[in-house]
Amino acid sequence: MISAAAPTASAVSFEHVEKRYGAGPPAVRDLSLTVPAGEICVLVGPSGCGKTTTMRMVNRLVEPTSGRVLIDDQDVAGLPAVELRRRIGYVIQQVGLFPHLTIGQNVAVVPNLLRWAKADVAERVDELLLLVGLDPETYRDRYPAALSGGERQRVGVARALAARPSVLLMDEPFGAVDPIRRERLQNEFLRIQDELGATVIFVTHDVDEAIKMADRIAILDVGGALTQYDTPNAILSAPASPFVEQFVGADRGLKRLSLSRVGDLPLDQPLLARVGEQRAAVRARLPDDGAFVLLTDGQRRPLGWLSREALNADGPLSDTEAVPGSALLQPESTLRDALSALLAADVQSGVVVDAHDAVLGTISVDAISATLRVDPA
Amino acid sequence: MTPDQPIIDWAWVGRNLDLLLEKTGEHALITVLSVLIGLAIAIPLTITVRRWRPLVGPVLGFTGALYVIPSLALFAFLIPITGLSLTTTLIAMVGYTLLILIRNTLAGLDGVTPELVDVATGLGYGPGQRLWRIEAPLALPVIMAGIRLATVSTIGLVAVAGIIGQGGLGDVIINLGIHAFFATPIIIGTILAATLALAADAGLLALQRALSPWAGRRAVDG
Amino acid sequence: MIAFLGELGAWFTDPAHWTGNDSIPLRLGEHIGLSVGGLGLAMLVAIPLGLFIGHTGRGTAVVVSASTIGRAIPSVAILGLAFPVTLTLGWGLGVPPTLLALMILAIPPILTNLYVGLREVDPELRDAATGSGMSGRQLLRRVEWPLALPLVLAGMRTAAVTVVATATIGAILSTGGLGRYIIDGIAQQDYPKMVAGAVLVMLLAFAVEGLFAIIQRRAVSPGLQRQAGPGGVLATPEGRAGGG
Repeated sequence: MISAAAPTASAVSFEHVEKRYGAGPPAVRDLSLTVPAGEICVLVGPSGCGKTTTMRMVNRLVEPTSGRVLIDDQDVAGLPAVELRRRIGYVIQQVGLFPHLTIGQNVAVVPNLLRWAKADVAERVDELLLLVGLDPETYRDRYPAALSGGERQRVGVARALAARPSVLLMDEPFGAVDPIRRERLQNEFLRIQDELGATVIFVTHDVDEAIKMADRIAILDVGGALTQYDTPNAILSAPASPFVEQFVGADRGLKRLSLSRVGDLPLDQPLLARVGEQRAAVRARLPDDGAFVLLTDGQRRPLGWLSREALNADGPLSDTEAVPGSALLQPESTLRDALSALLAADVQSGVVVDAHDAVLGTISVDAISATLRVDPA
Repeated sequence: MTPDQPIIDWAWVGRNLDLLLEKTGEHALITVLSVLIGLAIAIPLTITVRRWRPLVGPVLGFTGALYVIPSLALFAFLIPITGLSLTTTLIAMVGYTLLILIRNTLAGLDGVTPELVDVATGLGYGPGQRLWRIEAPLALPVIMAGIRLATVSTIGLVAVAGIIGQGGLGDVIINLGIHAFFATPIIIGTILAATLALAADAGLLALQRALSPWAGRRAVDG
Repeated sequence: MIAFLGELGAWFTDPAHWTGNDSIPLRLGEHIGLSVGGLGLAMLVAIPLGLFIGHTGRGTAVVVSASTIGRAIPSVAILGLAFPVTLTLGWGLGVPPTLLALMILAIPPILTNLYVGLREVDPELRDAATGSGMSGRQLLRRVEWPLALPLVLAGMRTAAVTVVATATIGAILSTGGLGRYIIDGIAQQDYPKMVAGAVLVMLLAFAVEGLFAIIQRRAVSPGLQRQAGPGGVLATPEGRAGGG
């Protein structure tokens, strides 16, 4: 397995932190909270709630007016800012890839600042590009201008992870990509985080993203006041104030679907056929009540559905005859995302694929709505 | 030009007021003529190359190369043909304005939002009407920025023609100043030329704003 | 016309013009020496100053006044003003006032472009660099400078072309250089000499343009090449404002 994990994750604490700019009202007021080591803490709230300011105090891009920020019980104010930042990963919405550096050089920025040996840097760069799903041979020597928004965001994450930080700061990291890609990037990040176990402070204004990503959510109100800090489940079940209730939204029942993931449910196993296989052989495998077969390519990647009638003829299966139309889901997709994808697709059965796009199984709208009936509302 | 001389000999200035005025006028006249002739060439040429796009490269390449030729060398090429005359100065000056004027006119016209051109066509404007009523007014801030740049840069270049005695204030600086080892004409000539440049720049900027009130105060600057 | 081209050819092939104290190699050497000297002195002043002002954002008034003065004052006037200054300081005629004038003329384009190049660096990139743990100097060296480089080189190119052109005019201050042929040719009504000088100056100016085009392609990161401007005829709008 790739050694992406930090040596040890660190707990991050805010103690009575306040930040004022000039004489105006504070941007953050009397904030105290602790993010346990290895957890994802999402700071969420409307604009002007000081969530980004709060996050930026961890790596001292913003200095608190009063109070302390601690990493593993060490006051960050007592650490040299430059060295502190090299130990903390940093991802921003606009990604901020350096356009004059190749993808590989971008990922290598912090290891180079730390003067790692050349060979170690090169090895680490390839490792990280693989981790975020980019082929090193293809991407290493390209420049950022040649990449799509989603690819750049992946490189941004790889760069932040390069020096095995024990804390990762992410400021609306997936805010600039379209909803479908965002879903996918979120899933990939959750997958990476399972291996990393870093402490993540994640800023967003999107409640659904918060519920999906967070171990704990901190809800901030305008003026930087912390109104609730708890697990997503607790916040959905028992909003602490009318503000939280309103902010979380009226469809709390539906949002609870964001608490579970596709991978938590048992998947249906469709009958698979491969391109090039003889129709007769597939027909023989098809049970009497089976109406459809999922056609895949040589790497088990789904191509589309075939009906029983399509198998009646003879000869090998070709890749042109499958009917696409199923939503593609990942085990990390929330049930809410899965449901909306299924309802939008032509076929109300979604195909769940792994990191290499190979078929893991299928999931139906019925299976998801069944969980709604069982779950306590 | 010795340390005990006063920096500016005001008596000389007083004696030569008429000459200074005349040379300033001559300097301004050469500049205005050069830019006007430059425009008379640049605008039709730009409209032509917009119709035949493959000509854009050669036209910008040629005027760009012309622009890089040092002014004294360009004068030297013209002298065997037009002599030590005002014509020599004018031809060279017009040559230098072309690149800036063509490039900015082209950029201005090309910069007009395609949707607006589309709407104008849809409303029934013919190509000519569309150019003069929609594209030209919208391109005006960028074209005017080019005229400003060409004017200020011409004022500086005209002075070089003092070497052939046809350079307005350049005559004062070079022939009465440098060649006579006399600082006063150099300083006075410089002040007058710089004032002319700054005044022209400010005047054209005011004109640009008056002609395109919609463009806002942060108009394109080149 | 044909006859004149013949005379011109004869001038170039005359062995007398290839040796001695008015020879083509000597004049060319003088011209290049003056130009490199003026540009070098200007870089010594403009680059540290531009780096400081662009990185810190302090002293921007210096840049604004330099670029205004650079545009408004004719190059001939700068040459003329340098003349009494060096004479008063006792540095004499010829090379010192010309070098001083070339330096003064070359500072504004380098300074302005360096300043604008540094200031135009996307604030998000500064944030990403600082957040990754770069110190102020590392930010300048690894991010701001390489990103400003296309504009910096464009400024140097403008400065170099201006310097080569003005070094020609420097001949009126009894400097050497290729301008001698033109100035003496005008005075002696020796047109082949005058035009030959013009040809040499023009070729030198084109060579400088070409050299900078090559430097631009070599030194600027391929990741930035598409932003470097079309064709590279003229990289800055200032071009040769001030004349020369």
